[in-house]
Amino acid sequence: MQNYSFDDTHIIDIPLEKAMTTENLQVFYGDNHAMHDASLEFPRYRIAALIGASGSGKSTYLRCLNRMNDRIATVKGKIMYRDTDINSKNINVYEVRKHISMVFQRPNPFAKSIRENITFALKRNGIKDKNELNKRVEESLKAAALWDEVKDELDKSALALSGGQAQRLCIARCVAMKPDILLLDEPASALDPISTAKIEETLQQLRKNYSIIIVTHNMQQASRIADYTAFFHMGHVLEYDETEKLFTNPEIKATEDYISGNFG
Amino acid sequence: MNSKTSNNIATGVIYVLVAAVIGILVFLLGYILWTGIPHISGHFLTSAAQSFRAGGGVRDQLFNSLYLLVLTLIISFPIALGSGIYLSEYAPNNWFTSLIRTAVEVLSSLPSVVVGLFGYLLFVIQFNMGFSILAGAIALTFFNLPLLTRSIEESLQDVSQLQREAGLSLGLSRWKTITGIVLPAAVPGILTGIILSAGRVFGEAAALIYTAGQSAPTVNYGDWNPADPASFLNPLRPAETLAVHIWKLNTEGVTPDAAAISSGASAVLIVVILLFNLLARMLGNWMYKKMTATR
Amino acid sequence: MDEIKKDLQNPSKATHQDYFGRTITYICIAFVGLLVISILYFITTRGIATFTANHVSLWKFLSGTNWNPGLLDKHGNPQIGALPMIVTSFSVTILAAVVATPFALGVALFMTEIAPEKGTKILQPVIELLVGIPSVVYGFIGLSVIVPLIRHTFGGTGFGILAGTLVLFVMVLPTITSLSVDSIKAVPMFYRSASLALGATRWQTIYKVVLRAATPGILTAVIFGMSRAFGEALAVQMVIGNAVLMPHGLLTPSSTLTSQLTTGIGNTTMGTLPNNALWSLALILLLMSLVFNILVRFIGKKGSLKK
Repeated sequence: MQNYSFDDTHIIDIPLEKAMTTENLQVFYGDNHAMHDASLEFPRYRIAALIGASGSGKSTYLRCLNRMNDRIATVKGKIMYRDTDINSKNINVYEVRKHISMVFQRPNPFAKSIRENITFALKRNGIKDKNELNKRVEESLKAAALWDEVKDELDKSALALSGGQAQRLCIARCVAMKPDILLLDEPASALDPISTAKIEETLQQLRKNYSIIIVTHNMQQASRIADYTAFFHMGHVLEYDETEKLFTNPEIKATEDYISGNFG
Repeated sequence: MNSKTSNNIATGVIYVLVAAVIGILVFLLGYILWTGIPHISGHFLTSAAQSFRAGGGVRDQLFNSLYLLVLTLIISFPIALGSGIYLSEYAPNNWFTSLIRTAVEVLSSLPSVVVGLFGYLLFVIQFNMGFSILAGAIALTFFNLPLLTRSIEESLQDVSQLQREAGLSLGLSRWKTITGIVLPAAVPGILTGIILSAGRVFGEAAALIYTAGQSAPTVNYGDWNPADPASFLNPLRPAETLAVHIWKLNTEGVTPDAAAISSGASAVLIVVILLFNLLARMLGNWMYKKMTATR
Repeated sequence: MDEIKKDLQNPSKATHQDYFGRTITYICIAFVGLLVISILYFITTRGIATFTANHVSLWKFLSGTNWNPGLLDKHGNPQIGALPMIVTSFSVTILAAVVATPFALGVALFMTEIAPEKGTKILQPVIELLVGIPSVVYGFIGLSVIVPLIRHTFGGTGFGILAGTLVLFVMVLPTITSLSVDSIKAVPMFYRSASLALGATRWQTIYKVVLRAATPGILTAVIFGMSRAFGEALAVQMVIGNAVLMPHGLLTPSSTLTSQLTTGIGNTTMGTLPNNALWSLALILLLMSLVFNILVRFIGKKGSLKK
C-alpha cells in the first residue's frame, strides 16, 4: 500500500448547530494505538458518513460516541454532547446511550416478539401506559418503514423476520427511545440491495428529526444519503467535508485514490 | 507388516473396542431393566420398606429422593445462577477471577464422599442438626454447585454478544440487559443443565449417607405442616433415599429379598434418570423451536 | 436541555440496578469461594488432629500396615497404618485407568477419525448414559454380576482389587472418552490432510500425527478419570471386600481410603483417635484431589507451550 502522510489533512468546521463533536479522540486496544486525534463536528438533523477501508478505525470511532468501547478499549480525548464531555469518568453511560443510540452491523433483534423488541427498553425506562406503548410501537415502526409489513403480526417472534426487516426493527427499537442522535455501524452491509434501498429511504426520512452518523464501506451509499463525509485511513481522519465536495473534488491524495478505486 | 495391513488391523481393533463399549452399556441397561422391572409394581412403589421381612417397597425412599432433589435445586439454583452470571458477565480478567475459577474447579473435582463428610461435620455435628433432609440437601448443593454454575455460565456465553450490545445501546443497565435479554435467550441451555444435574443429584448416595442419614422413619403423607415432626414435608427428619437404600441393602442389610428390592430400586433409579435425560433433550429442542419459529 | 445535561452527570436507576446486580452475583460467587475454603480448612484441621492431638507419627501413618485404630500394639502405640488402603486406592485407580484408556481411545478415534457423523450420533448418547448411571447401581451390578463371576472363575471370595478395577473401569470410561474426543477434535484439520497427502494410511496418520498432537489432552483426560476413580466411594466399597489388609494380589479382599471412610465414620465417636484417623484418610483424599488438579494444570500449560 502506498504511504500517505497523516499530517496532510483537510477537516472543515461546520457552520451549523452541532449535535456532537469530538476533540482529539484517541483509542487504544492495549498497546495498539487504533485511533489518532480525531476531531470532528457533527451537525444537527444531518447525516454524516464515515468511510474508509476496513481496519481504518471508522467503526472504532463510532463505537466511542456512545461509550460502547468502554470495556474493550481505552478512549482518550473529549466527546462533547450538550456542552458536556461524555467521555469523562463521572458520566452516566446509560443516560448517554438513551440519547445517543446505536444500530449495529448485523441485525440483532431480541429473542422476543416484534412488539416486545420495541417496548422492552421503554418499559424499563418507566413507560407503563399501554396506549403510550402502542403509540410508540406504531410511530417507531412507521418511522423505520416497517409498519405496513408487520402491523398484523406484532406478536410474532422477531427472529422470524428477514434480515432487512430485522435491521429496520432494530432502527425502530432505537427510534422508539426518542434519542437525539442515531449511530449506525454499516447497517446495510449484511443486506441485499432491496433491503439496503429501504434502509436508505428510512434514513432520509429520519434525518428530519434525528442527527445521524453512519459508518459505511459503500461509497455510493455515502454519496447518496450523507450531507457530510469523513474519510478514515489507518486510524486517522484525513478528510472531512461536504459529501459532494469530498467525492467530486477531494483535497487529499489518499481520499482521491480511495474514491476512485486506486487504493492500495 | 506393510502399512496397509497395519491400517486394517488397527481399524479392526477400534471397531472391536467400540463394539465392546456399546456391548457394556447394553448389558448394563439390559441387566438392570431385565432383572428390575419385574419387581416394580404398584405395591413396590407404594409400600414402606421392610428390614427383616421380604416384600418391602420403596415408597418412602422414592419420595425422599424426589423431595431432596427439589430442595437441593431450590437451594442450589439461585446461588449457581448468581455465580454463573458473575463469571459470564461481570468477572474482570484478573487474578481474583482466575482464583475463583480454580476454586470452582477444585470443588467440582472433590470426591463426593469428602463433600458429604464436610456436610456431616458442619451441619450434623457442628450445628447439631442431626441427620436431616436439610443437611442432605445442603451437602448435595455443595456437590451440585460447581457443575450447575459452569453449565449456566456456558449457556450465557452461548448467547451472542450482539444481544448484549443491543441492550446496552438502548441505555439499559448491564443488569437489565442480562436479566431481560441474555438470560431469557439462555433459558433452553440452562434448563437442560438443571435437568442433567437433577439426574446426578437423584442418583448420588455417598454425600448423603452421613447427612440425610440411612433411615426412613414412617411419615404421615396427609400432614402438610412442614414444622410437624411427623409430616412428610418436615425438612429436619432423617431421610434415606433410593440410592442410599440400594447401598444399604447390599452392605449391611439383613432383608431376605435384598437382591430383588435392589434390582427393582435400581431399575426405578435408572428409569427416572433416563426420563430426565429424555426430558432435557426434548425440552431443549422444543424451547429452541419455540423461540426461533413463528407463532 | 439542562435537565438532560444533569441526567448525564448523575447516577440514575440504571446505575443502581447495575450496582445491585453486581453485588448480588458477587455474593453468590463469594459464597462458592468461601465454601471451598471452609471445606479445605475443616477437613485439614480434622485430618491433622491425628498427628497434632494424638501424636501419631506421620511416617508410621503412611507406612504402617496394621489398621486397628481402637487397639494398641505391643509397644503401646495405636495401630493406624494407612498403607494398605493407600496401596489399594492407587492400585484400583491406576488399573482402572490402564484398562479404560484403550477403550476410551478406541471410541474417541471412532467418533472423530473413522466415522465422525454416525459415530457421534450413536456413541454420544452411549457416553451420556454411562455417565448417568448412578454409582450405587454400578456397585450393585458389580456385586451381583462381577463378584460372582470372579469367584467362579478364579475361586476365592470374588471381592478385591480386580472387582473394584472392573467396576471403576466402566465408571471412568465416559470421562476419559469425552475429554479425549475434545482434545482429538482440537487437532487442526490440516495436520491430517498434510499427512494423508504424503501417502500415509489413515492409521499412520492417526498414530503418528493425530494422537501425538493430542497427547497432552489425552493425558489430561486420563488424569481426570483417575481423579474420579480415586474419589469414588460406594461402588468400590460394595465390591472391594472391606478388609483392611495389605492386598496380596488382585483377588484378596482389601479396602480403599474411601471405602474405609464410608464404613467407619458412623461407627466411631467424634474426637477420638479412631475417628481422627478416619479424617486423616479424608485429608489424603482431599490432597490427592488437589494433586490431580495441579497435574492437569501442569500438563495443560506444558501442552500449550509446545503448540
